[in-house]
Amino acid sequence: MIEEIIFAIGFIILAPFIGALIGGIDRKVTARMQGRVGPPVLQPLYDIFKLFEKEKAVVRNEVNFYIFSYLIFVVFTGALFFSGGDILLVIFALTLAHAFLILGAYAAVSPYSHVGAERELLQLMAVEPMLILAATGFYMATGSFAVKDIALWPEPVVLTIPLIFVGIVYVLTIKLRKSPFDLATTHHAHQELVKGLTTEFAGPTLGMVEIAHLYETVFFLGIVWLFFASMPWVGLAAVIVVYFLEILVDNTTTRVRWQVMLRSAWLVALVAGAINLGVLALL
Amino acid sequence: MSYITKSPWIIHYDGSSCNGCDIEVLACLTPLYDLERFGIVNTGNPKHADVFLITGGINEQSRAVVKNTYEQMPDPKVVVAVGICATSGGVFRECYNIMGGVDTVIPVDVYVPGCAARPESIIDGVVRALGILEAKRAKMAEQEGKKQ
Repeated sequence: MIEEIIFAIGFIILAPFIGALIGGIDRKVTARMQGRVGPPVLQPLYDIFKLFEKEKAVVRNEVNFYIFSYLIFVVFTGALFFSGGDILLVIFALTLAHAFLILGAYAAVSPYSHVGAERELLQLMAVEPMLILAATGFYMATGSFAVKDIALWPEPVVLTIPLIFVGIVYVLTIKLRKSPFDLATTHHAHQELVKGLTTEFAGPTLGMVEIAHLYETVFFLGIVWLFFASMPWVGLAAVIVVYFLEILVDNTTTRVRWQVMLRSAWLVALVAGAINLGVLALL
Repeated sequence: MSYITKSPWIIHYDGSSCNGCDIEVLACLTPLYDLERFGIVNTGNPKHADVFLITGGINEQSRAVVKNTYEQMPDPKVVVAVGICATSGGVFRECYNIMGGVDTVIPVDVYVPGCAARPESIIDGVVRALGILEAKRAKMAEQEGKKQ
């Protein structure tokens, strides 16, 4: 019990810094891929500190409540995951967090914000089946929904559910808001539809969204790691390789329409998830 | 310690310029000049921006847009007028539809002359604007302290 609490508190304290470091390295590597120097590695932290120095301008006060709830539930999701909780509860908490983000975008009355919110809903729809199938896959491989049991499983789970791992890596692009699936909003400020979901958020409100994104990044890389949990160093290498692939894909693809995102994500979930689970059920 | 000078996000608006200065602003963000190494990001969203780069003289049609964009930016914010048209109206000064420089509509903090303004001078202008931005932030923090 004590150990679980330590892991949860460790996540809450360390995740933003690890997330910022990952984000900074991401921007540096992206810049190098484009033949630029790139910002300092700690740039995501500077951005967030700056946002909290800005004026508290908000369209409606409800927005702050929704965005704060989003942050809290993302933190809860990650803390639950790293303390070895139930993976189904983790997925539901994450969905609830995103529901708050969407409510926040809808509460800020603006057409751009609404388009972003609708796209976020579509992203949620695209990702959810794969996440549920992944939880099912973990259960069929280890006989338990608890992250703790999955992490302590003697052999790497990825050997039993390799196709589900592929599917998770595919939807990771959507969840990390990377191109080609950065429909709702990108981490870097591109100009299409101003900034999607976060158009109406300014200053500290946007800062909370950014912090939540740092937590989310660490949480999702934690899921990737869970596939290799019995060999921690191999898991770390896998996380690095997967994240590098994400950056590469981010830089070499353009944004696709939501139809392509939804169809391809569901297709991957259906093919990878169903084949893998079907084989497991037959064995 | 202030972080606002380490992460100034810019928004650029083409008042009614010939696009010459505007593409020089974008040239600053390309790999050759790489403004992102100073933490500068081109946002395109006034609510996220700290620095307002504006090119071209202001005419009757763009006046409302410039004013609206400026008012949507949360404090502290700075305005940089890029190019001779933005600073004074340039050769279009006498035109019947031109208001003149940007300062006829919104307060301008830094003037960057040139036709077209070179990327080097735009970067210089933005760096000078950062000093003003920091001063504004300090003043804002002071007022905030007085309120409480």
